Amino acid sequence: MPSLGLFLSQLFNGLALGALLALVASGLTIIFGTLGLVNFAHGALFAFGAYAGFVTYGLTHSFVLALAAGALVTGLLGLLMEWSLIRRYYARPPEDQILVTFGIGIVIVESLRMAFGGLTQNVPQPAWGRGILNLHYFFYPVYRLEVLGIAALALFGLYLLIYWTRLGLIVRAGIEDPLMVRMLGIRVPRVMTLVFGIGAVAAGFAGVVYAPIVSAAPDMGSSVQVQSFVVVVIGGLGSFPGAVVGGIIAGEILSLTSMFDPAYSDVALYALMALMLFVLPRGLLGTEGRG
Amino acid sequence: MARKDRRVPRDAARRDFMRSTAGIAGGLLAAGLAPRAAQAAPQPLGTWPLGVTGDSVFVGVTCPLTGPYSAAGEDHKKGYELVIEHINSGELAKHWHHLRGKGVLGKQIRYQVGDTESVPNPGVQAQTRFITQDKAIMITGSVNSATAIAIEKLAQREKVVNMVGASGSNDTTGKDCQRYGFRSQPSAYMAAKALAPVVVKEIGKNKKVAYLVPDYTYGESVFDSTSQFTKQDGGWQIATKQVVPLGTKDFSSYLLNIANSGADVFVNVAFGADCVLSTKQAKQFGILEKMKLVVPNISPFQAKELGAELMQGVYGTFDFYWGLEGRFPLAKFFVAEFEKRYHYKPEWCAHIAYMQTMLWAATVEKAKSFYPVDVIKTLEKTSFSDTTLGTVHYDAATHQLVRPVPVVVGNKPSAMKHPDDYYRIAGLVPGAETMPPAGFFGCKLGSYT
Repeated sequence: MPSLGLFLSQLFNGLALGALLALVASGLTIIFGTLGLVNFAHGALFAFGAYAGFVTYGLTHSFVLALAAGALVTGLLGLLMEWSLIRRYYARPPEDQILVTFGIGIVIVESLRMAFGGLTQNVPQPAWGRGILNLHYFFYPVYRLEVLGIAALALFGLYLLIYWTRLGLIVRAGIEDPLMVRMLGIRVPRVMTLVFGIGAVAAGFAGVVYAPIVSAAPDMGSSVQVQSFVVVVIGGLGSFPGAVVGGIIAGEILSLTSMFDPAYSDVALYALMALMLFVLPRGLLGTEGRG
Repeated sequence: MARKDRRVPRDAARRDFMRSTAGIAGGLLAAGLAPRAAQAAPQPLGTWPLGVTGDSVFVGVTCPLTGPYSAAGEDHKKGYELVIEHINSGELAKHWHHLRGKGVLGKQIRYQVGDTESVPNPGVQAQTRFITQDKAIMITGSVNSATAIAIEKLAQREKVVNMVGASGSNDTTGKDCQRYGFRSQPSAYMAAKALAPVVVKEIGKNKKVAYLVPDYTYGESVFDSTSQFTKQDGGWQIATKQVVPLGTKDFSSYLLNIANSGADVFVNVAFGADCVLSTKQAKQFGILEKMKLVVPNISPFQAKELGAELMQGVYGTFDFYWGLEGRFPLAKFFVAEFEKRYHYKPEWCAHIAYMQTMLWAATVEKAKSFYPVDVIKTLEKTSFSDTTLGTVHYDAATHQLVRPVPVVVGNKPSAMKHPDDYYRIAGLVPGAETMPPAGFFGCKLGSYT
């Protein structure tokens, strides 16, 4: 049996891991919920954000600026993607959408590899995030603790944006009834571009936050993307609170299962997803499908 | 189609010849002289003789140019570029007496590099294309044991000699060994046998060990061999074994288990970017302050990515380290030429490419033939002196290169004489001392034809 210290540390780690997964998944779910598009380039945007942060940190030595620039530049790339290619695919079958976003993802990842090489690029932890904290039962890196706070704040910011602003109102109305939103005279294409940009900002921001832990690498987004898809399925497609709840559940499963047999932690996550699809196909907090 | 085309003139002629000499061959067989007769007129085999009819021969190269092993793959590719240029220009022949003049048997080497994408399937597809379309007379290259083994099996099926690239799994020259596959990198067994006495001496006996093990053939091989020899030599016990999927980015849950395991030593078996990330995160969790770090097979560029501060005092083994230039003249030539061209000291994946290609070329020169059976039999019985690792030879029973294994330890930043001086060579263990007993891994080489 695992010791109390190990159990508590894994429980806590699951929360930190989950908050980050929730942040990545929230971008994915906002895009899906509003645009009905499964973005397979989300992991690539995550990596792009990390590299944008890496470059900014190299120029300014400020982690806060790196965070801001990483999120902003990735958001701009998202806007460009939507405006140039993605919008032409909304009316096409889902497999076309998957192919185009998957293709864009490959182009982004391999462009990063061409520009920066295949080696991992070190993004140092900010001065305020160095060291290890003694939490009585266990030790935990200060930065990971702060990541929990940063992710929670970012998720709260997204929550405010979606539930307390006019843009959010339109986005939510778009999820419920896109036809009615159009009939009310709202310029839907512009809103759609903006929504895709917001999703990209969330991915880029998470990329910079994660970079000091995992280093910037071209394919750093691949496993995160797969896990965040699982989060979205568990939480409910298109549901923002679902992404948060799903993220934490996924983080806890990964962490707690590894305590007994680490080889099964990924398996347990996918098993839960399969079970969820079987019992509750819309996920925990998902509503009616988009039709 | 290609197979059909090539058969028309040559096979027709051979059929006539066989028909007219069948009676004579029967008589020779009775007289015990058949082997000589068979050597005089060998059957077409694999890409031979079609692949050697012109004034050049084709070599199929595969490297991971994308995916998690792309950095090591790029290094690997540079090794091939350099050695093929050196063989074609005759530059290597000036420094190594096993080669003569320009090219191999006077033929220039043409080559193409296919991307394995760090996984087996694209590698096998690329090499299949090189064999069927380009009539590759030799295939080589990989930075992953699963890919290496898949290409070895292809080589055996297609009867094309395969000088295996980077691959540390015991299976490569063990249960998955092939008559057509030859491996120069030390197996996990050899590396562990060389490393264990050194780490036991430096770190002490009766330690508890936490292992981080990637979930595929290479990881299991290194874990098995390292735990076996450290137990045998120093009574080291396994405190925990954390099996992780390939390509993991966040190791936190595994590292928490390791931090809570009460281990004295952390043996990180992960490779490439996985090893860099897990080591970096282990530092963040304070594990490296509590435990000694051992990396049985240090990845290319690992010290550059992690920095000397973190790698100091870390024990591990290499296929090759540039510091060997002081011991072997050909290593000095290789390191200098590589650095002149690519502006960094070669990592060991480049060395494997260089060494495997030059050993193959020397074998063809010695056999005076590209015929695969001649090449394989010559490789099985030749001792190559004055290589980048001194005198080496392939074990005829497994096709594992019997070669010295460098054991290294990370230098303190203050002890580094220049920016690439990351390691000190703690020992160069003779190859024969590290080899497993005959039949240990159940290698059964396939047939020659």
